[in-house]
Amino acid sequence: MMSKTDADIRFGNPAELHGAKVQIPYLITEKNTFKRMDDEDKQQETQSPTMSPLASPPSSPPHYQRVPLSHGYSKLRSSTEQMHPAPYEARQPLVQPEGPSSGAPGAKPPRHQASLIRSFSVEREPHDNNSNYPDEPWRITEEQREYYVNQFRSLQPDPSSFISGSVAKNFFTKSKLSIPELSYIWELSDADCDGALTLPEFCAAFHLIVARKNGYPLPEGLPPTLQPEYLQAAFPKPKRECTLFDSYSESMPANQQPRDLNRMEKLSIKDMADFPVPAQDVTSDDKQEQNKTRLEQNKIRLALKSTADEALPKDMSEDPATSKDSNSLKARPRSRSYSSTSIEEAMKRGEDPPTPPPRPQKTHSRASSLDLNKVFQPSVPATKSGLLPPPPALPPRPCPSQSEQASEAEIHPQLNRAPSQAADSSPTKKDIPYSQPPSKPIRRKLRPENPAPESQEPSSTVGGAASAVTGKPHTAVQKQSSKQKKAIQTAIRKNKEANAVLARLNSELQQQLKEVHQERIALENQLEQLRPVTVL
Amino acid sequence: MAVCVAVIAKENYPLYIRSIPTENELKFHYMVHTSLDVVDEKISAMGKALVDQRELYLGLLYPTEDYKVYGYVTNSKVKFVMVVDSSNTALRDNEIRSMFRKLHNSYTDVMCNPFYNPGDHIQSRAFDSMVTSMMIQVC
Repeated sequence: MMSKTDADIRFGNPAELHGAKVQIPYLITEKNTFKRMDDEDKQQETQSPTMSPLASPPSSPPHYQRVPLSHGYSKLRSSTEQMHPAPYEARQPLVQPEGPSSGAPGAKPPRHQASLIRSFSVEREPHDNNSNYPDEPWRITEEQREYYVNQFRSLQPDPSSFISGSVAKNFFTKSKLSIPELSYIWELSDADCDGALTLPEFCAAFHLIVARKNGYPLPEGLPPTLQPEYLQAAFPKPKRECTLFDSYSESMPANQQPRDLNRMEKLSIKDMADFPVPAQDVTSDDKQEQNKTRLEQNKIRLALKSTADEALPKDMSEDPATSKDSNSLKARPRSRSYSSTSIEEAMKRGEDPPTPPPRPQKTHSRASSLDLNKVFQPSVPATKSGLLPPPPALPPRPCPSQSEQASEAEIHPQLNRAPSQAADSSPTKKDIPYSQPPSKPIRRKLRPENPAPESQEPSSTVGGAASAVTGKPHTAVQKQSSKQKKAIQTAIRKNKEANAVLARLNSELQQQLKEVHQERIALENQLEQLRPVTVL
Repeated sequence: MAVCVAVIAKENYPLYIRSIPTENELKFHYMVHTSLDVVDEKISAMGKALVDQRELYLGLLYPTEDYKVYGYVTNSKVKFVMVVDSSNTALRDNEIRSMFRKLHNSYTDVMCNPFYNPGDHIQSRAFDSMVTSMMIQVC
């Protein structure tokens, strides 16, 4: 019975309703339709849950769809029997549009129309139904909501921001309703009267326009299901749910969907059209919880959706393995971290981090440390790179006028040994840039010889080095050696002169010292002569 | 409490006028029309001061045998005129001010509606309901 009732409710009734009631104008036929409904609805009555335990025999288990209306229905039943079938029937077509039917918003109003009549009557009589939102026709279905949201996005990309009045005016004017009616719709929907529409306000206005275009009279006041607070609470779910559905329908096979549906059931959202959910969850607390779960799940879904398609099947494959509860539970912590493991895995698989570009070797950069290396380690025979430090104030290269290879060869070791003297360090440095490229090996050979002959005078070592030097390549060394020779010669002269000067100074000072000594001796003698006098 | 409420545009034509005893509407229209001169007079008297210092509530414009006429002008020279029955002695100035404030708020809400062209006749149901609420007590 249950399945049959479900099927009947979802698929059987529309035919009946369409045939019977769509064309009925509003005011006239209430009672007539009620009576007709009685006849037709006897089946439905038996199907309908009798949420009110008071009256009709509970032939069928209560439908969740009807639960919200139980209070009102009980009152209705107690009050007028004729009214009963009407609200039931009103609910059924309303449920159906929310249900598997995926018609465009325009398709729904015909069903809504019949139900709208009932709902108006229902509204008026049981006034304690406010908490249960009896005005079903003003409830926005999932597809409608998605449609409205898309339209909103086309006008204003940021869903959390406003649509200005002029933009909205142009947009709604396209609906070809009269200006006074549009003005009234605006009045109804713009709750805060700020001249701009937020997303819920926009959806409410759009829904009113749609309803009006399909022949509904505009309500006197904004129906509770269209109020911004309600819509805002309900919004994140359906918005994301729509994306949920989209993502699922795109990438998932059919077997996934039941799982999703189950998950949604767990989330127990009232607006889930496909599922009979107790509308008692309408309380704001529940809504918030649902919203949270929805938001979390939706974030995950959107994130998942954004990943590669390859990632999705993997995620999906992960999910069935886990229980539904764990899924929904996992969803929350996942979303908080904003990076579920599945997403991370997907990302890792999808993108291998590119190997970092080869780092420039610190020691090999041109601008940097070569000079430093050269400067701080002048004695190092060879640097890592072949670059040479700029020679500090070197004399210009002498033209290779002198090509005395032997003398150059002789001088070369002199040059190499010169660094032993502090004064010669600079010439060696200068020599290095000149001689280095071709003479590196030579230099290396000669370098170890340098510390040894430090103490020796350059002149004395010429002979010893000449033999070693003869093996050098003379041609390449000639120019450099000549320059080096001259530089060294000048340095030698200067040193000699300095030595001479210092020697003179030394001699003079020594003479002065002798004189001073003599004076001192004389003074001491005098003192001794004087002393015995005083002692006495 | 009000017998007649009128909203006059800057160019001194009525945007909205409504009176409770509907049979004598013309009388009230005439009263409102004559009150406009008084309003202009009051505005010009205060006009020498800065606009900011000018108060929106004009107070009693002129009393007649049966009725008292109160005025209120906005910064955009939109005038609200309210005709009150003289027999309503319980009405105090503060109440009149609060009524004008409500009128002003409703008027701005009407203005916020993008489908409303400034200068059109006011057809807002919300505005109507608000005015009705002010006038209900007379009936």
